[in-house]
Amino acid sequence: MSEKLLEIKDLKVQYKSGDTPVCAVNGVNLTLEKGETLGLVGETGAGKTTTALAILRLLPERTGSIESGSITFDGKNLLEMPEEEMRTMIRGEKISMIFQDPMTSLNPVMTVGEQIAEVISYHSDSKEGEDFSVDKRVDEVLEMVGIPATRKDEYPHQFSGGMKQRVVIAMALSCQPELLIADEPTTALDVTIQAQVLSMMSDLRDKLGTAMIMITHDLGIVANVCDKVAIMYAGKIIESGTLEDIFVNENHHPYTVGLFGAIPNLKVETKRLSPIDGLMPDPSALPTGCYFHERCPHCMDICKKTYPDVYTEGSHSIACHLFSKNDPKEETNE
Amino acid sequence: MNNIEQTPLIEVKNLKKYFTKKGSTLHAVDDINLTIAKGTTLGVVGESGCGKSTLGRTILRLLKPTDGQVLFEGQDITKVSESQMRKYRQSMQIIFQDPYSSLNPRKSVADIIATPLIVNHMCKGKVEVQKRVKELMDTVGLASRLYNAYPHELDGGRRQRICIARALAINPKFIVCDEPVSALDVSIQAQILNLLMDLQEEMGLTYMFITHDLSVVKHISTEIMVMYMGHCVEKAPAKELFENPQHPYTKALLSSIPIPDISMRNKKIQAIRGEVTSPINPVPGCRFAPRCDFCREDCVGSTIPLTEVSENHFVSCRMMEK
Repeated sequence: MSEKLLEIKDLKVQYKSGDTPVCAVNGVNLTLEKGETLGLVGETGAGKTTTALAILRLLPERTGSIESGSITFDGKNLLEMPEEEMRTMIRGEKISMIFQDPMTSLNPVMTVGEQIAEVISYHSDSKEGEDFSVDKRVDEVLEMVGIPATRKDEYPHQFSGGMKQRVVIAMALSCQPELLIADEPTTALDVTIQAQVLSMMSDLRDKLGTAMIMITHDLGIVANVCDKVAIMYAGKIIESGTLEDIFVNENHHPYTVGLFGAIPNLKVETKRLSPIDGLMPDPSALPTGCYFHERCPHCMDICKKTYPDVYTEGSHSIACHLFSKNDPKEETNE
Repeated sequence: MNNIEQTPLIEVKNLKKYFTKKGSTLHAVDDINLTIAKGTTLGVVGESGCGKSTLGRTILRLLKPTDGQVLFEGQDITKVSESQMRKYRQSMQIIFQDPYSSLNPRKSVADIIATPLIVNHMCKGKVEVQKRVKELMDTVGLASRLYNAYPHELDGGRRQRICIARALAINPKFIVCDEPVSALDVSIQAQILNLLMDLQEEMGLTYMFITHDLSVVKHISTEIMVMYMGHCVEKAPAKELFENPQHPYTKALLSSIPIPDISMRNKKIQAIRGEVTSPINPVPGCRFAPRCDFCREDCVGSTIPLTEVSENHFVSCRMMEK
């Protein structure tokens, strides 16, 4: 086992909205080791982005709040860190984030070079000597993501979507962070450009040894890029494990089964898709028991009453009552 | 396969749609030929900006074609008058990509579905309209309690069901589905795809299914056309295209899709270099040439015809010519 980089324990995040709080994240546990890539999978509203924002403490100040839990990064609890330290030592330096839409995450009135330089100069004074030149570093990172350094004086609107996402990636990697959170980095891009960006990201990750959390809803991307997978549903992680656990192993949470059944497969002919009936529950009025029970084809009485424990087998964990049968001891504990 | 030739519902001949602006011409759809047989689905795939939506709209005459013919049941609808066109519009409908912006937020579900019925005088009297709307809601799987609901109360999947009900209201024969599932989550996407396929079976509908998602297109289509910058680069029956892609662009496109199967993991994603070049005042010849690994001198300069490499499988590439 290598070193733990990030450990999230029982994270709960709520958003204020009217009278009832919206429970976006309801007790997430995650660990990530150095250099590892975790795929965080789920549908819209599953709480993937909220989890990422909570790690960086970027939740909207007035409406979003972390109710409980801890986020330990490199041995320090990020939730207890003063804001000043968070800004100078963590964000952009140790942990950086790539947002979904490159069109809106760049400043339209600053040149691309200026925007990258801003990150570097903000974080450089503390660690580099005198021979360090921000300009030189800007050129370096641009070349690293495959953009000629001569284009640094251009504005974002002069770049295509794929190029803009490369700029965003360059910015995120400019200070060589230990953890990169990529929030659906290729959803807004075409498939051929997506392939370019993904293979570049994997190459850079391997070269720089950066750990990565890849937030996505595309299981294809997960299979190609990630080492570990965590599947989220209604603010909980319902299944997690290594790639083999999720893609090869036969035991799965019913939601995972549904998720795989819903994607048209290029290799296997299917006459009909088998989607999951119904919708994700409203996060301001979560059902009792297992959050998935209303849509679950294997729903039992116990599912309506208590949220299942997490059943672990090696590296594979599933939060579902179906698997408690195999392990009656754990059930009696509950 | 033979009856495909016998009764094409839609036949498009040399269709062109250019947009002119300040002396430059954008070739959005350039010389497209296609036929769609009754009860089948033509999938149109391509990256953003390749002209697939423009093609769909031009076929429905929502955009006036620059040149070429669109035959609907043998009748050229590019030449008929607006008043005659209304008759054809009853048999041709479109479902748009974004169910959030294609529904009037101030109208209730019932109003939205009833509008085409009233405009086209399909029903006599309010009672009949009401009955038909309920029938349609049932067909697309919308609960009748949503009769008076407004779009903002519903999620994306249900909204797309409204759009489908609205398109079905006047019993069309042909529906252009312009990325109907792109804005939806995977589990909802599967529900809508199943619905569309069930409806096709029940009512014998003909679809032109526009999408950028290759796995979706393979699932739903009978025939697939791959577009690149206004040109059709390859056209083949769905199975054939995936098993035996010929054009370098189709191959690149297919190998770019991340497949949810870890046995494929060690195969690195094959990315094609470069990006889509500008469709403004393009030079004749293959438009994929600047990104193609097999580009030859004669790829640029003159138009490359579609060559039939096997039955119903057409490719526009110099390498395929004999």
